[in-house]
Order: sequence, then structure tokens, then C-alpha cells
Amino acid sequence: MNVTKVLDAKGLACPMPVVRARKTMKEMETGEILEIFTTDKGSVADLTAWAKSSGHEMVDQKEDTGVFTFWIKKG
Amino acid sequence: MNEVTAKEIETKLSAGQPLTLIDVREVDEVAEVKIPGSINIPLGLLEFRMNELDKTKEYTMICRSGGRSGQATNFLENYGYKVVNMAGGMLAWEGPTEDLFTKNNTPGGKSEDSAVTPMTAGEVAKKVINKEKFFILDVRNEDAFADWKIEGENIQYLNSPYFDLLDGVEEILDQIPTDKEVVVVCAKEGSSIFVAEMLAEAGRDVHYLQGGMKAWSEHLEPVKVGDLKDGGAIYQFVRIGKGCLSYMIVSNGEAVIVDATRMTDVFLDFAKQLNVKITNVLDTHLHADHISGGKKIAEAVNGTYWLPPKDATGVTFDYEPLEGGRVITVGTSKIDIQALYSPGHTIGSTSFIVDDAYLLSGDILFIDSIGRPDLAGLAEDWVGDLRETLYRRYRELAEDLLVLPAHFMIIEELNEDGSVSERLGTLFANNHGLNIEDEQEFRQLVTGNLPPQPNAYQEIRQTNMGKINPNEETQREMEIGPNRCAIR
Repeated sequence: MNVTKVLDAKGLACPMPVVRARKTMKEMETGEILEIFTTDKGSVADLTAWAKSSGHEMVDQKEDTGVFTFWIKKG
Repeated sequence: MNEVTAKEIETKLSAGQPLTLIDVREVDEVAEVKIPGSINIPLGLLEFRMNELDKTKEYTMICRSGGRSGQATNFLENYGYKVVNMAGGMLAWEGPTEDLFTKNNTPGGKSEDSAVTPMTAGEVAKKVINKEKFFILDVRNEDAFADWKIEGENIQYLNSPYFDLLDGVEEILDQIPTDKEVVVVCAKEGSSIFVAEMLAEAGRDVHYLQGGMKAWSEHLEPVKVGDLKDGGAIYQFVRIGKGCLSYMIVSNGEAVIVDATRMTDVFLDFAKQLNVKITNVLDTHLHADHISGGKKIAEAVNGTYWLPPKDATGVTFDYEPLEGGRVITVGTSKIDIQALYSPGHTIGSTSFIVDDAYLLSGDILFIDSIGRPDLAGLAEDWVGDLRETLYRRYRELAEDLLVLPAHFMIIEELNEDGSVSERLGTLFANNHGLNIEDEQEFRQLVTGNLPPQPNAYQEIRQTNMGKINPNEETQREMEIGPNRCAIR
């Protein structure tokens, strides 16, 4: 995947992963992909819901030993 | 997290102690009012600027109400810095202040802003039981809110996810009443503090739920259900956020616990307060909606843990087999707990009759619903057992027994005092699940129309069997959501 920016939000609790994702996304262009790492379980549903509500596309996500990775395309 | 009061800081500063104060509010907030000499690093920038700090020095963190600075304190602690949080923030500060525009120092005087105050799960539970009118602003995502929320007969709700409020709360301000108490709720509390502080800045007095829905899920409210003939008593522990009910039967200095939740300290402390020794701990069945604390309590008090053997085929630890017809005595006087084999919800499900007066029905019979037979994957096999238990075995019991189930589903099932109970005869008359004459129709109801299964129910069963040992945080996550053990 062609990742434009990477955001490491590991160790951050709600609401910070979404706050940081939103801030980073503001600096990006439509169609670019943001890769985000988190460890907060609540971030899975919240980043998905936030992406939807802000018009971005959750392209893919995975979990590996407690670290969640998301790829979100800016809408 | 280490905390100090605003007063302690004021005293130390006036005594000339060299404290380093870091204010994590936004620049414009600090410009309006600050403690003279404090350094401003907005919370969002802390991670980029923490390398400016010295790990050998101690820092005092400050914000408006103590919420953001608490987050900052936890964050810096994780990175090995020495930090303390000033509890209550600038709202609690009565010492000298200055503002950036005039540099005018004021000799004191508390900020006139509106306030954010925490509300505990216990305080919210009291409001629900007393049927108080209040307002909940739930800032979790819409799916989480639809799945599970704080229920109450006189609660008014607004669900507005925090991530839609990052630019401010103006859009929802006119939907938030000013004539009712407002409690902001989220999963753990972080986002609710964030939103509550914005509401306070907009001039509203609001509370946030301390510990969020996790604390709500874990809160237990003990209620005395009734007396025993010899002077003992039976207590119900209402887990109001999740609908689980546990019991403590007390007589002559001894106690028996039935269907304990994993918040074992609550039971141990309660027994200590009553000055009774826990001798036996029982589970009516292998639970699928919540993690049992039974085994842990039995170990802590060196008591006996009982489990129905037919539910315990996969269990990895020792237990005493709880079988129909067994009598367990509490105290020196004779208070029998008769075990009654009553399969249906699980194959081993066992009910208890205590003191010939109380029927602890487990997950077989509830106040306004009956147990579901499918959580171990065997609905078709167990529906016959469920019918047999509800329509024959229970019919043979005395109608004036007070039914004490292991769950409630809806808040309307709570009595005036917050307890959950009803006479067996009344349930035979009013509970729909006990009044389906046609067996085929009954089968259809309990196998064809099942609600979604509880969150992580298979992992919960495995935990209760001792097959897996998740840490406390994982156990909390597994139990998120309502119990969903019933069919209406």
C-alpha cells in the first residue's frame, strides 16, 4: 500500500488517537493514505466510526500482538 | 498517579519553595488566567516538548479542572518523569494569579468559570434507583451507544460521538438542558472529560462519569432482600450496569456466596463489615456473560467452591460437585441451601431454595423473561430440559417462594429499593415465558427468536473453566455490554 504518512499513536488513550489522526489528516491531500498504529482497544471502533463520519475511507486494518494498524484514505 | 491539592501548592509557593509548574491548557486559556511563574505546554504538544524536561526534577501539572493535567501526569510518568497532578486545576486555585494581557497580578480569588466535577458510578446508580430525572450526554460512537448504555426510567439522552465534537460543542449546546444535571459519559472517561471541559468553557456546569462505562459495568450495589428465620439475612448485589445479581446468605457468623462476579473485593469487604466468615461459594451454572469470582473468593477465604458437575466437564481446577438434593448449611443453626437440578440454560444449571423462603433461580427464570438455552451451542438439545424445569419442577414448588434470579434485563425489573425479586406465584401468573401452553410454540420462542449473544461469551466460558487466564484489563473488555442471558 502506498502510505503517505505514518502516525504512531501507541500508548495513547481515548480521545488522543482520533485527535492526532484528525490533525495529521488535515495536512494531507484527498486520496492519500494515513497509516496509524494504536494500542487502545477502543480506538478500533472509534477510528472506524470517525473515518466514516468525516468522509474518509478505512481501506484496511489488522491486529498483531496488541498493536492495531489502520490504513485510512483521505476523502 | 501522585496528586496534590491547590492549597498545598499555594502554601509551598508562599513559603518560597522552588516548584516547577507546567500548565497544559491551551495558549488562549492560559492567557486569561494563570499561576505566576507557571510554564505553558499545551497537552497536545507535550509529547513533542517533553525532551525539554529534566527527569531528575519534579514537575507539578496544572489545567482547568485537573482532567487534562491528570492525563499529562500519567503520560509523563510512563516516560519516567517525576510528576504530580494538581487536583481540581485552576478551578480549585485560590492563590495569586496573573493574566498575560495586563500582567496584573490578583491577590487571589477563584475563577468564576463553570465547573466540571466527576460523578462516581455509585452516585449514578443511586439516581437510577431513585428514578431521578437527569441528562446523559454519551460521547461514545453510535454503535457502542446503541448496544449498551446507562439505563434509567427518567434519563434523557443525547448520543454525540466525541470525534464529531473536536471543533467545539456549539452544535449540540442547544440540545443540552440547563435545568437538569448533565453527566457526560464515555468508555473509560478520557473523552468525557475532554467534552465536559468544552461544555464548561461554554458556561455549563457538567459532570463526567468517573471511570466511564467500565466503572459503570463494575459497580455493585448491595441491597438486603430479607431476613432468615434464625436471625440471619440474605443480601443481593445488584450489578446495575450489566444486570448481574449475586447473593450473600449470612447466618451465625458464616456466609455463603452465590454467583459472585469478578469484583471479589466487594464481597470480601462486605463480609468483613458484617463480621462473618465466608465458608462456601457457589455458582448456579457455568456463566457465559460474565467472569465468575467464585473460585477466587473460595481461595482467598479457604472455603469450598461448588459448581454443577455437568457444567464442569472442561474445568481445569478442583471443585465440589453441586448436585440435586445436596444440602449446604450456613452457620450453626440450620439454614439449608437445597440444590435443585434445573437444567435448560445450561445442562448443569442448579437452583437453590434457601430457608424454605427464597428460590435462587440462576439463569433459568427471571422476573420478566426466561433463560436462553443456546449459549453453550445446544439450544435444540436443552429446550426440552428448560421446559421440564419451568413447567414441571418449578410448578411443584411453593408459590410463595421469593424468586431471586442471577440477572435482570431491563431497569423496570428493579423494585423500589433497587432489588430484583418477585413471588414465584406472581411469576406463574405474569411471566410470559411460563405461560406458553403449546410446547411447539415454546420451542419456537426459545430457539427461533434469540437475541444476539453476549460479548466474547466463548472466551468468558473458557475463563470460567480455568482454560484461559486473561489479565484484568482484558477481562473488563470481555465483559463490555449487556448480559443477554434471557428471552422475553
